[in-house]
Amino acid sequence: MYVSRSIEIIVGLFVAIGFLAMFFLTMQVSNLSGFNKETGYDIKAGFENIGSLKVMAPVSIAGVKIGRVTGIDFDSESFEAIVTMSIDSKFNELPSDSSASILTAGLLGEQYIGLEAGGEEEFLVEGSKLELTQSALVLEQIIGQFLFSKDGAD
Amino acid sequence: MLNYFQRLGASTLSVLERLGRASIFFANILLSIPSVLIRPRLLFSQMYSVGVLSFSLIVISGLFVGMVLALQGFYTLSDFGAEGMLGVMVAASLVRELGPVVAALLFAGRAGSALTAEIGLMKATEQLSGMEMMAVDPVARIVAPRFLAGLISMPILATIFSAVGIMGGYFIGVGLLGIDEGGYWSQMQAKIDFNIDIINGLIKSVVFGWVVTWIAVFEGHDAIPTSDGVSRATTRTVVHSAFAILALDFILTALMFGDI
Repeated sequence: MYVSRSIEIIVGLFVAIGFLAMFFLTMQVSNLSGFNKETGYDIKAGFENIGSLKVMAPVSIAGVKIGRVTGIDFDSESFEAIVTMSIDSKFNELPSDSSASILTAGLLGEQYIGLEAGGEEEFLVEGSKLELTQSALVLEQIIGQFLFSKDGAD
Repeated sequence: MLNYFQRLGASTLSVLERLGRASIFFANILLSIPSVLIRPRLLFSQMYSVGVLSFSLIVISGLFVGMVLALQGFYTLSDFGAEGMLGVMVAASLVRELGPVVAALLFAGRAGSALTAEIGLMKATEQLSGMEMMAVDPVARIVAPRFLAGLISMPILATIFSAVGIMGGYFIGVGLLGIDEGGYWSQMQAKIDFNIDIINGLIKSVVFGWVVTWIAVFEGHDAIPTSDGVSRATTRTVVHSAFAILALDFILTALMFGDI
């Protein structure tokens, strides 16, 4: 079967447009250009209550995103939730006594972890555990406390 | 009563027989793929008729699906003041579901039916048996290049469909409804994961390309060699492909995204 040159060129163009679309999806739509898992270090933190924190939630310090939550586990001895975070290796000079709290982006937004830098000379390294943590605010508990304190005042 | 059971058994047996024949046929195609790779020109001409000719249909449908998604999503999201998430919604629905599924359904209607009709007509006009007489294997010469072309074209078409759809959502969302342009892209980049969303969408489109072209070439090769038989085979290709795509989509989605 004779295949003319123009058909080969058109097929080549078709495949090239396919690659272009894949490139567009990779670079413009997905997060491949952002954080790379291999270049980070993992730290852990124990929380009394993590609310609705999910894996892949952002970790930020001073509002700047520096990593992601990579794992959530339950410690059956201390009855705490153990959250593992992967921090981008660019940010390797965080004081070891930094504190972590679970915050909410906006009123209905998703929950994320906010770190606050401490004053220690040593830095957080792979496997460090954050000691100072603050649990998520659970709306039902706050409303409950509010109603209870109101009853008490009367 | 006995007649009823007899008919039930006969139809079950005939379904199993067709499935078995289709599987053996698929194995034959796999065995003749090396002979296609030796002569890639056969593949190029089929890539043209299967892939390139579906291109305009895929681009136009993708553009309109993306635009409709943006319009509909905007009305729901604006109730919650979450218009900024429009980009995420459009991109996630296209990359995960609509891109592979709608592109595969269109592909089955455009390219699958054409493949069945072509191979069925070749059989009806005894071109396939003529090839066998000349010691040319029709599976290697006719069927395998078409199968391979469909398998390669489908992921390309689905990727183009998703990309064009996201552009269509951008035109409507940012151009018409006045959503912030930076938010459209940055929210998308923050939420769409390459390994979870894009790779899984690509795997889906490869599976759909496999099942659609397999059904299409089998129906064509298995068609009763009359005009009525070819027309029925063409109908069956589109119907069975649609069933297979939607059922496989459910299974693949449950496997890929079930635990997230």
